[in-house]
Amino acid sequence: MTTYLIRNAQILGGAPQDLHLVDGAIAAIGTALDATADIEIDATGLIVLPGLVDLHTHLREPGREDAETVLTGTRAAAKGGFTAVHAMANTFPVADTAGVVEQVWRLGQESGYCDVQPVGAVTVGLEGKKLAELGAMHESAAGVRVFSDDGKCVDDAVMMRRALEYVKAFDGVVAQHAQEPRLTEGAQMNEGQVSGELGLGGWPAVAEEAIIARDVLLAAHVGSRLHICHVSTAGSVEIVRWAKAKGWDVTAEVTPHHLLLTDELVRSYDPVYKVNPPLRTAEDVQALRKALADGTIDAVATDHAPHPAEDKDCEWAVAAMGMVGLETALSVVQQTMVDTGLLNWEGVADRMSHRPARIGRLAGQGRPVSVGEPANLVLFDPAYRGAVNPDSFATRSRNTPYKGLDLPGRVHATFLRGTATVLAGELVEQGGLA
Amino acid sequence: MTAHQESAPRPPHQVLDGTDIARVITRIAHEIVERAKGAEDVVLLGIHTRGVHLARRLHARLAQITDQDIPLGTLDITMYRDDLRLKPARALEHTEIPPGGIDGRLVVLVDDVLFSGRTIRAALDALNDIGRPRAVQLAVLVDRGHRELPIRADYVGKNLPTSLREAVQVRLSDRDGVDAVLVGDRDFAARSSQALAAQATESHLPE
Amino acid sequence: MKRHLVSAADLTRDDALLVLDTAEELAQLSGRAVKKLPTLRGRTVVNLFFEDSTRTKTSFEVAEKRLSADVINFSAKGSSVSKGESLKDTALTLQAMGADAVVVRHHASGAPARLAQSDWLHGSVINAGDGTHEHPTQALLDAFTMRRHLNPGAGNDLAGRRVTIVGDILHSRVARSNVHLLTTLGAQVTFVAPPTLLPIGIENWPCEVSYDLESVLPKTDALMMLRVQRERMNAAFFPTEREYTRRYGVDGPRMSRLPEHAIVMHPGPMVRGMEITAEVADSPRCTVVEQVANGVSVRMAVLYLLLGGATLTDTPRTDSVESAK
Repeated sequence: MTTYLIRNAQILGGAPQDLHLVDGAIAAIGTALDATADIEIDATGLIVLPGLVDLHTHLREPGREDAETVLTGTRAAAKGGFTAVHAMANTFPVADTAGVVEQVWRLGQESGYCDVQPVGAVTVGLEGKKLAELGAMHESAAGVRVFSDDGKCVDDAVMMRRALEYVKAFDGVVAQHAQEPRLTEGAQMNEGQVSGELGLGGWPAVAEEAIIARDVLLAAHVGSRLHICHVSTAGSVEIVRWAKAKGWDVTAEVTPHHLLLTDELVRSYDPVYKVNPPLRTAEDVQALRKALADGTIDAVATDHAPHPAEDKDCEWAVAAMGMVGLETALSVVQQTMVDTGLLNWEGVADRMSHRPARIGRLAGQGRPVSVGEPANLVLFDPAYRGAVNPDSFATRSRNTPYKGLDLPGRVHATFLRGTATVLAGELVEQGGLA
Repeated sequence: MTAHQESAPRPPHQVLDGTDIARVITRIAHEIVERAKGAEDVVLLGIHTRGVHLARRLHARLAQITDQDIPLGTLDITMYRDDLRLKPARALEHTEIPPGGIDGRLVVLVDDVLFSGRTIRAALDALNDIGRPRAVQLAVLVDRGHRELPIRADYVGKNLPTSLREAVQVRLSDRDGVDAVLVGDRDFAARSSQALAAQATESHLPE
Repeated sequence: MKRHLVSAADLTRDDALLVLDTAEELAQLSGRAVKKLPTLRGRTVVNLFFEDSTRTKTSFEVAEKRLSADVINFSAKGSSVSKGESLKDTALTLQAMGADAVVVRHHASGAPARLAQSDWLHGSVINAGDGTHEHPTQALLDAFTMRRHLNPGAGNDLAGRRVTIVGDILHSRVARSNVHLLTTLGAQVTFVAPPTLLPIGIENWPCEVSYDLESVLPKTDALMMLRVQRERMNAAFFPTEREYTRRYGVDGPRMSRLPEHAIVMHPGPMVRGMEITAEVADSPRCTVVEQVANGVSVRMAVLYLLLGGATLTDTPRTDSVESAK
């Protein structure tokens, strides 16, 4: 196995040090290490973070291979600095059986770019009617611990309660897509000033907050773990903060786009800004940043949602919801959290690696950058400045809201258990499978 | 001429003054009465912008001569122009056809300067959509030549031989504060008398 | 004026007055034997209707034909939501046909804006109503009608006039376009509706809001009634038709509370017995039929001002003129 010597890297933004990677692990850390390696990397000015872990990725395979495959999605993940992603269950067929989750898990193993941890559906076909075989999915090779009907809300209170209770048997967690369905019928964007003027159906904040409020109470009642997907409103933050203060086992994630973009962008009627939950107001953005900084929100999760061009090259109402995000996540976090002084690199490592790995119960991911740990690492160049160019993306889709936008930072290298998946900003082809 | 072209543009100089213009209008009025046999079925239509003012003066003069209130109207020919696509859309002026209409009448179109003939062509097209006159005649204050269409005036205030590099500017007191006809180099201003007038009010011209 | 007419907010006060004054001139045409002008000869105008609208389409078509444009009717109803031809492909088709302007009616808010901003077609885009967003030519014809009755004369705006718009504001593109245009023209707008039929954020719109029709009537110069669809009842926007009519409908006694000079307007189609009684609809103060006639004049004015002069599709010619200078 190729050995690496990384010179003068700033671990979590600290003083420059060398790292020696041997046999998939961190063999040594120190200044001016007296070691030799197959490849030596000058990492002057680069930050070392533990490999990023995404709790929320849509890899689209099986079923929508025109938008993304496990291979293209994990290549995009590696380019974004991720070493593990959670693949959401809303595929075709839905990942609601051991068979489907094992297939996705195996495709991830074969890709070699990034660990793929399948998420299992909570209910059969995401239909909210009948509990899926959660135990079977857990016991499968995929070892599923995170369950979500993401894309749809588990809106039936009894169904949600049962799911929360049931997964306790194997330390599972239900990740809720909080969206009260009746309040969001025909919803096209955040309900507020802009939706009123544009005449687009409103997606009110209360539709998210009402479900979160109900679910934290349910989780407390049955003593279960609850994770809230893509929190998008200031009100949701308040509820999560309250639940945590009560000592309840509630975690939450926020997407990069909800940390940066607002519903004012919808005035263009460009469907590249159409996403679910929708872009909210500037006040919401500020509240989300603050909550991520103080730990009320545990994790940044991309909600990477690739769509083919024709699903966005159309009128707003019929356009698909979602944005790709794996390859821009860390840059957006640098701009919104680090460059604003809200979070240091240690904090970024916590919110984008340690905590999401802990929520997903991933072994070997989200570990500290120290000797003996698996060499899941990112080298990140925070000084880089450049316009986002979707043509350079590894994802199969191009639906990014950041096209042409100047974002700071760039992933220089990514290591998955000591194997470089990205070097000098370029993907390293893995095992001829690419 | 060649030497002329190399010199700097000449400022406009006056060829008709207020008294000349008043005399010309009186003469045209008499000619209309004479040729239209008492002007009983005449309808005067002034073409925007200065043709309207001239038509009003003719109307007043005809009233004095004939003791009749000859029907007077205005015509905006913008929608019939053949050069619409060369400039952004223009604002329309008011077209007012007298209550009796123009069917079976002798329409006398009134304009300030007869040049290429294109304005009159447009006016004839417009008339065609409005009604069917017995005949159409044309009265102009100045005929400067250079026709691009087979059109001629029936009543001419003054024939004014010009070169194409010259512009003719008609100024009327109702609109421009003074009565005068000026000729100057075209480079000195734009082609149309309106544009020249707009500019002339800012530059210092001999009054 | 801008190249497209997507929103009434695209119009400055001068633009709006230019449209109204031009329309006033063009209105004379309806009294003539030959109701036609040669102005748009050689221009191709496509009426692209993704939604049924006989009256708006007919109005545009009459306006286009009176200006001698070549008219193509492209009915695309039902082809978009499911997997029919996409808006993009339709637009590319129209571009290939050489459309100088596309008059578009669409059930999706923002579809005309999307067409105008895309490089799918180069002609002018005229919004003939998009979803619950805007209907700018309707607002122009409403303003035209109001000016004729309340502040007649070329160059006049609607300064000091009070317009009350009653009904389903939430779903009304007419209300949205009118609030922009009427405010631009100096009028004061008051919306009257049950709170369920007002959009969130209305307090930041440049208008007053009232839940009480009776109290607003004596201070109204123009009363505009909007159609209320019966289906809204099923979504609990209001309890019953009877209750809606009682609280927000206009009948004879209510009409008599308006000032002497006030007019009653309706963009049509009216639901008689719901928002307006027959007595009001058929009264001489009701301008519904007049609004239809004015619609043709206003749409002619818009078409002339967008297409009558040099346009982007004439670029080679304007270039040669520039170089000739």
